[in-house]
Amino acid sequence: MSLVFAGALSHAPGITGRAGRADPTLRDAFYASLGRMREALEAARPDTLVVIAAEHFANFFMNNMPSLCVGMAEAYEGPIEDEAWLNIKRTRVPGAAELSQRLITEMMRDVDLAYAQEWKFDHGIMVPLHFLTPRYDLPIIPVNINCQGPPLIPLERCWTFGRALRRACERAPERIAVVSTGGISHWPATPDSGKINERWDRAFLQEFLDNRREALLAHTDEDTYREAGQGGFEIRTFIALAGLTEGSKGQLWFYAPIPIFAVGCTVAVVDIAPLPAPPAARP
Amino acid sequence: MSLYHVQKLIYQLNRDPLVRRQYEENFDALLAGFELTPEERAAIREPDIGLLYVMGVNGQLLMHYAALRGYEWDAYIEAMRAGERRYGPVRTGLYKRAGSGS
Repeated sequence: MSLVFAGALSHAPGITGRAGRADPTLRDAFYASLGRMREALEAARPDTLVVIAAEHFANFFMNNMPSLCVGMAEAYEGPIEDEAWLNIKRTRVPGAAELSQRLITEMMRDVDLAYAQEWKFDHGIMVPLHFLTPRYDLPIIPVNINCQGPPLIPLERCWTFGRALRRACERAPERIAVVSTGGISHWPATPDSGKINERWDRAFLQEFLDNRREALLAHTDEDTYREAGQGGFEIRTFIALAGLTEGSKGQLWFYAPIPIFAVGCTVAVVDIAPLPAPPAARP
Repeated sequence: MSLYHVQKLIYQLNRDPLVRRQYEENFDALLAGFELTPEERAAIREPDIGLLYVMGVNGQLLMHYAALRGYEWDAYIEAMRAGERRYGPVRTGLYKRAGSGS
């Protein structure tokens, strides 16, 4: 099988940019868990890492907003933000253009996608890479799900996208890792920054870990906005990963609200189960 | 209200070094290129971060503009709170509504 790793993690800019202001015990435990995820990723020996992210008006704006976009560049650059603000130095990140084109072509059989040969990574991808590929030597294929500017893609189509990505991965000879990165409940960059609904987060995470499709897709944006803030719209990244790993169970390696990071900090990995065999053809 | 144009200006300022250079060299000429009301132009120019928030500018855009204009994180958060106290609740955009409808 060519999907060799799947996990989910937080990406909030405070994780690096305001690192010095967090409770050191919680922060260090979170960083240790991210380090464990890096080790697991490396042990899976991937050729490429697909990052399913929810960017924040770095490349995509309401003049031409794709619901789903996949990078198809030879290389990327990030962070687009001020280096001191994010506390991550700007760098060049290798892409995997040829593989990306194959994956996109395959996925287009099931879902409508935009693609991009230019893409500047914001904190939504750079914070995960800072911890998972700190040497920036693993080719990356970025995916963006518009979670910022409504109307937003329905949750069911995020699941469908994940399934399409899985099918495309299975048809590729490369060893492909996928991580999704988004917040659960959070109110980032607003006066409510730092508010976290831990009860809602834990309930959602359990649905994700159990790969409960019906429960995951039953969320509405109205409920999510009320219980989990506008940042909660990023559950789309978790749901895409659940679609990718349909039938698999996950493990929660870390969860703790860290208010100065403005999110319930999360590290989860999925034990990838093989896809069910297609029904045998009738003689 | 032309929230779209306010946000587009900030989006371009955040991401494009050439636009940022124009901001540094001739801010008024840059502002003239966007369809802004006098209130919007003044709020961007001053800047009045609290009013921009109340106008509905998305925080993912606004926090970078605030940083560009010298606001530390806590000052940025406080500026939005002060804006709500002075100008009232958010008028339009994502923070006014109760979901995206899907």
